[in-house]
Amino acid sequence: MSEHHNDTHGHAHGHSHDHGDNSHLDEMDARVRALESLLVEKGYVESAAIDEIIQTYETKIGPRNGAHVVAKAWTEPEFAQRLKDDATAAIHSLGYTSRQGEHMEAVFNSDDTHHLVVCTLCSCYPWSVLGLPPTWYKSPPFRSKAVIDPRGVLADFGIKLPDNVAVEVHDSTAETRYLVIPQRPAGTGGLNADQLADLVNRNSMIGTAFADNPA
Amino acid sequence: MPECKSGPELRQLPDMVLDGDEPVFNEPWEAQAFAMTVSLYEKGQFTWDEWASALTAEIHSGEIRDYYRHWLIALEKLVTAKNLTSAGALNQREQDWHDAAARTPHGEPIEL
Repeated sequence: MSEHHNDTHGHAHGHSHDHGDNSHLDEMDARVRALESLLVEKGYVESAAIDEIIQTYETKIGPRNGAHVVAKAWTEPEFAQRLKDDATAAIHSLGYTSRQGEHMEAVFNSDDTHHLVVCTLCSCYPWSVLGLPPTWYKSPPFRSKAVIDPRGVLADFGIKLPDNVAVEVHDSTAETRYLVIPQRPAGTGGLNADQLADLVNRNSMIGTAFADNPA
Repeated sequence: MPECKSGPELRQLPDMVLDGDEPVFNEPWEAQAFAMTVSLYEKGQFTWDEWASALTAEIHSGEIRDYYRHWLIALEKLVTAKNLTSAGALNQREQDWHDAAARTPHGEPIEL
């Protein structure tokens, strides 16, 4: 291991940040390295498996899975019914299986009910269909305000609902995750399922947005 | 507590992106902490309920931290509670990584 000094310009020694051109790790970076290196040495985890999980969540699992589910529900009444009856099985039938094995519930927006999903406890989220949660979903203000003032939250997101539309708030748990099925936008009768899926944005499946209107 | 009737406007909070896609991890260590948790769970070191309870306890500890800081601290506590490693070993190894960084020229991979 080479221990030579790069410090050729006469700085005082004795402080770690005086190492000039040498590296520095932030606290959390060092902590995560400490934990991972210890667990790898003991055989509890493998670095390759960790990298594979990161890659999967960054590239393969994301809101497009949920958009596929929604578009299929819009175009196939029989699939929509299966989603209502047993969302876990219906979603699994499309190949989207959860690593955590949680129970899924699909809640359908209608002319008189708008659904909004929150997790007041921590950050339970339907990972298998939406990937990882956005920052705002994990934030304390959203988690508290969604329950106290759901219409206020929707207003923050630029959604104004008519007074006759009820807002139902669903609190996710480790066991049960909710997927909102937004209403199909008007004027989309001629679109196929792939084109419809493009209209289904992530927030619309949490209840903080509507599906996009066709261009 | 009537003054809590309506919370802060989410849009006015710093770093709050309400629409569109955002990166799911802001820094690589967040992804490492996340994936280690999933991997340990898949290997049966703890149940997902145990993990959710650990994370919930950390988030509701009263400490104001970023989400993934809560996450990593919850994971450290859970793996030490499960005796997969100890707090002492973690502290020592964290210092080892800082020492390794300090002797590594910038741009080269940091190794213990």
